[in-house]
Amino acid sequence: MKSIREALQERILVIDGAMGTMIQRHQLTEADYRGERFKDWPLDLKGNSDLLCLTRPDVIKGIHKLYLEAGADIIETNTFSAQRISQADYNMEEIAYEMNVAAAKLARQAVDEFFATSRPGRDGAYVAGAIGPLNKTLSLSPDVNNPGYRALTFDEAMTAYYEQVKGLVEGGVDVLLIETIFDTLNAKAAIYAIKQFFRDTKREELPIMISGTITDASGRTLSGQTLEAFYVSVMHARPLSVGLNCALGAKEMRSHIEELSQIAACYVSAYPNAGLPNAMGEYDEQPQQTAHYLEEWAKAGFVNIVGGCCGTTPDHIRHIAEHVKQFKPRPLPVVETSLVG
Amino acid sequence: MSTIKPYLRLAGLEPLTVRPETNFVNIGERTNVTGSKKFARLIKENKYEEALSVARQQVENGAQVLDVNMDDALLDGVKAMTTFLNLLQSEPDIAKIPIMIDSSKFEIIEAGLKCVQGKCIVNSISLKEGEEKFIREANICKMFGASVVVMAFDEQGQADTLQRRVDICERAYKILTEQVGYEPQDIIFDPNIFAIATGIEEHNNYAVDFIEATRIIKQKMPLTKVSGGVSNISFSFRGNEPVREAMHAVFLYHAIKAGMDMGIVNAGQLAVYDEIEPQLRELCEDVILNRRPDATDRLVTFAETVKAKGKAEVKDEAWRKGSVEERLKHALVNGITDYIDQDTEEARLKYPKPLDVIEGPLMDGMNVVGDLFGSGKMFLPQVVKSARVMKKAVAILTPYIEEEKKNNPAAQQGGAAKILLATVKGDVHDIGKNIVGVVLGCNGYDVIDLGVMVPADKILDTAEKEKADIIGLSGLITPSLDEMVHVAAEMKRRGMQQPLLIGGATTSRMHTAIKIAPQYDKGVVHVLDASRSVTVAGSLLSNDQKEKFLEGIKEEYNKLREDFGNKKSAKQYLSFENAQKNPVKINWDAYTPPAPAFTGTKVLDNYDLSEIARYIDWGPFFIAWEMHGKFPAILEDKVIGKEATKLYNDANALLQTIIKEKWLTARGVVGFWPAVTTAPDTVLLKNGNETINLEFLRQQIRKAEGQPNLSLADFVKPGLAKEPFTDYVGAFTVTVQGIEPHIQRMISNHDDYNKIMLQVLADRLAEAFAELLHEKVRKEFWGYAKDEQFTNEELIKEAYTGIRPAPGYPACPDHTEKYKLFNLLGGKEATGITLTESLAMYPASSICGWYFSHPQSHYFGIGKVQKDQIEDYARRKGMPVEEVERWLRSVLDYEA
Repeated sequence: MKSIREALQERILVIDGAMGTMIQRHQLTEADYRGERFKDWPLDLKGNSDLLCLTRPDVIKGIHKLYLEAGADIIETNTFSAQRISQADYNMEEIAYEMNVAAAKLARQAVDEFFATSRPGRDGAYVAGAIGPLNKTLSLSPDVNNPGYRALTFDEAMTAYYEQVKGLVEGGVDVLLIETIFDTLNAKAAIYAIKQFFRDTKREELPIMISGTITDASGRTLSGQTLEAFYVSVMHARPLSVGLNCALGAKEMRSHIEELSQIAACYVSAYPNAGLPNAMGEYDEQPQQTAHYLEEWAKAGFVNIVGGCCGTTPDHIRHIAEHVKQFKPRPLPVVETSLVG
Repeated sequence: MSTIKPYLRLAGLEPLTVRPETNFVNIGERTNVTGSKKFARLIKENKYEEALSVARQQVENGAQVLDVNMDDALLDGVKAMTTFLNLLQSEPDIAKIPIMIDSSKFEIIEAGLKCVQGKCIVNSISLKEGEEKFIREANICKMFGASVVVMAFDEQGQADTLQRRVDICERAYKILTEQVGYEPQDIIFDPNIFAIATGIEEHNNYAVDFIEATRIIKQKMPLTKVSGGVSNISFSFRGNEPVREAMHAVFLYHAIKAGMDMGIVNAGQLAVYDEIEPQLRELCEDVILNRRPDATDRLVTFAETVKAKGKAEVKDEAWRKGSVEERLKHALVNGITDYIDQDTEEARLKYPKPLDVIEGPLMDGMNVVGDLFGSGKMFLPQVVKSARVMKKAVAILTPYIEEEKKNNPAAQQGGAAKILLATVKGDVHDIGKNIVGVVLGCNGYDVIDLGVMVPADKILDTAEKEKADIIGLSGLITPSLDEMVHVAAEMKRRGMQQPLLIGGATTSRMHTAIKIAPQYDKGVVHVLDASRSVTVAGSLLSNDQKEKFLEGIKEEYNKLREDFGNKKSAKQYLSFENAQKNPVKINWDAYTPPAPAFTGTKVLDNYDLSEIARYIDWGPFFIAWEMHGKFPAILEDKVIGKEATKLYNDANALLQTIIKEKWLTARGVVGFWPAVTTAPDTVLLKNGNETINLEFLRQQIRKAEGQPNLSLADFVKPGLAKEPFTDYVGAFTVTVQGIEPHIQRMISNHDDYNKIMLQVLADRLAEAFAELLHEKVRKEFWGYAKDEQFTNEELIKEAYTGIRPAPGYPACPDHTEKYKLFNLLGGKEATGITLTESLAMYPASSICGWYFSHPQSHYFGIGKVQKDQIEDYARRKGMPVEEVERWLRSVLDYEA
């Protein structure tokens, strides 16, 4: 199987869709989340999706396989909130590391099992270790009356991410994906943790994918940065790709992806939501609609990696994969090393 | 195929790319405790908010990067850097530019890097303590993505020759690019700017060496950048700003030509090379370029003469030479009353009729004022001063006009449109209305001001009698909203035709659209502030525009109504029963409520105004004058700073007079009573033998998991009515009395400016008194925070423990609970305050509230409530449901 870098030179890769939407379909109960191991846990655990890697691995593996079947080249581990800061909501700080190892192994198994049968035209898939934004922000105060206050420190964020990265790498992921970044300083803590981890362990660094979130029409992140400022602030990660996901549907995301495709020295990724939520908070953009938007981006040469975020399903991914495969990927820009010429 | 250039890229909230064609990048230097005394003082005194204004001023003066330095032996540098940068992140107008984290201690640099989301510059690292440390620090900077300033400094010391400057930079470059993996464009060299013209011969060539080093560095390592601390160069001329500025400009002119990319400068204080006086420029050039042995002496001699020239402010009286029309205009635009008597008299003699003076030169002048105000070139306080000039002139002319009328009854007054203004029944607040009156007056309207507490009938009778063209209503407290609805309905019943304007702090476009506009179909318009009143009145009085304008408003309000209807269903509410089951969780068993120093009440009469004045929050003062910005930054604001400072000085001058001449008296009453919560929203309070129920409302909106549905009753310890009460509740009123004779005097002097100023200050004093009293309560009367130490800034931000919510405001929106509060405190007799039928307090500068002491108590808003709660509340209060609904209309989630 080719390395992800080689594959990206040849074609547009497809990343999977929403995990949450798919878990909801299973209508899991509190007992499912607890399993045997946590049956006496003092807090409610329903809603702690990342725990399912330990208590209902069958459900998570099943979802991975559905996305692989739909044509995903990259599947994300079910670890969006699997670090000790977010897990503190459930008093599960001490389980966080284990969740990451289990999630990485589970995704790896899903890939291995899926490709155990011959899949014509496909030679494998990559496992991306999903690193979410934390439930606390480093650049914003949760207290409007005290703008200088912070709910956590950089060191706390970095330490939590370090542990997550360790779990994901030891579980066997191919790339690390820092996603849904609404506060760039949180992402910088994750980047710091990744660099520090590979420095400490002297392992070869895995490729890093970075995906920010533009939260509104102003074209800025929640923490106030413009898209270009965001990119400049994370480019020291020397990422494999930079992109956007979540918050916006493809329609609203287009101009930002276009801008990013012009300024990014690396590959560009985009996995929007299935439109904007309707009055009931549900996503109702149909698979062919989403695919239609992404097809146009592929045609315009904006993207290298596409897929879906909230509200997207294997059906969305199937349509997206179908629609983009005919187009060449965005070529990497030439990064000059001299100001002459 | 696209290409990416190896430019230096930095970012705050916005990106900064340094391209070859980018001019010199200004790095603001004043946020540096070693370089700015003012900044150092503010940081040491913990006045971070004010310190931010130094940063803002740098940005406004053109700094593209902000240098922040907290290196001071007396400061905890890590803490100061963290606190300042965290605060700075919440100011988008400052945080938009990249930060240069400046320290000689690496732990301070690291602390700074941990606070900033953007791409920073670290200033600086060097080879001073060897390669190992240099590499370790560079690696950390790289993991944060920062660009680095490398000082030309090695194990032997700071480079002071050309050769050493270049050698050290080359060595550092090699290590950074080959061993650490730095991009060349992220490396910025500082080849040391040292003081020249010091009298020591070895120093004479320092500037030349720097410039030459720059040239060679840029040639050998073209992607790197060169920076430096520019003000070092002129260190020997400290105290002589003109010479220093000239030296900086000349030095930069040559250094930039050699390739210097950026420098730490006092943004806003850079002279332009071409505009330096030629002789001074020549002398500076001699010194910088080390062109002659006596260069230093010559510059020093010249500097003496520059220093001697003081700047004296001369009052410009040139305008007195113009024609009388020009002089009147100048006086109006600049708000000068000094000569208005003689100028008006001169004009009266010049024009055939006294009315001609008003309709001619005076109105011409006021039109200019109106235009300048309309286009944002004049601000409200200036306009009010102009009005004062106008009123004085008119007052001089009025007797002559009356005289003429008597002699010639057929002569009609001018046909200015009439606007009638009133604060509605039950409300006593009129500062905003007075301002609107002045602004409209300035724009040529004939304003009839009926004052405060005006019943609907009186408003409408007067409007009919005076043939008013527009009616404007004002109000500040929530019950006034209902009164406005009533006035609108009455206008319809009477078949009136005039448009109705709605304004005042409690009014909104939304309320106007939903509640008032449907009552009256000849036009209802919400007016946000005084400056909008002019355009609204203009549109309504123009035959061409009126119809279209009202049509537009109608559409807008229809849309608001629709949106409101749609939005309402989206919110989710708990049943009142369930809301009550989700109170604030307080571990009462582990808590002993503090006992106050006394129970019952205490009167503080004739309280020292000068002490009160120290607690004034100036923020709302400027808002009252429609000048927007944070205090004290507003005083240095680029656009309104000058006028804001004038206003502030005027206010302080008047404040001193008020205090010295005892114009006003402050009276406060405070009391505490044993209390317990006996039902979820009922607090029982014991006043002697009497028991009083205080009733509270509770948030009913569905909250996020773990968030309580708040009620003020949650903050009082639960107990039983029969057992001894174990907790306490307090209450207070403060009022500022004695304003009336002074207002009357100002009215007879036609001095709207000081009238409004006095009203605003009285309000501020009442607020300040409430703040002061609350502090006394915490430290002394209730005494639960004896050791508390807060700055005024922190008090304003409510950093203290315990709260003082007022009936009628968001946490307890029912005004009628005020009756209980006033009775407890001894009624009108003790408090000196009367309650109107709408439960506004008179005098207008009065405040009341409950005191809660529990450490978890905090301010909140009830939000909207549902009918089940209102029914329960009405039952508890023994009031008909309809009456409760009337008082609480603004918080109902349903139509009533």
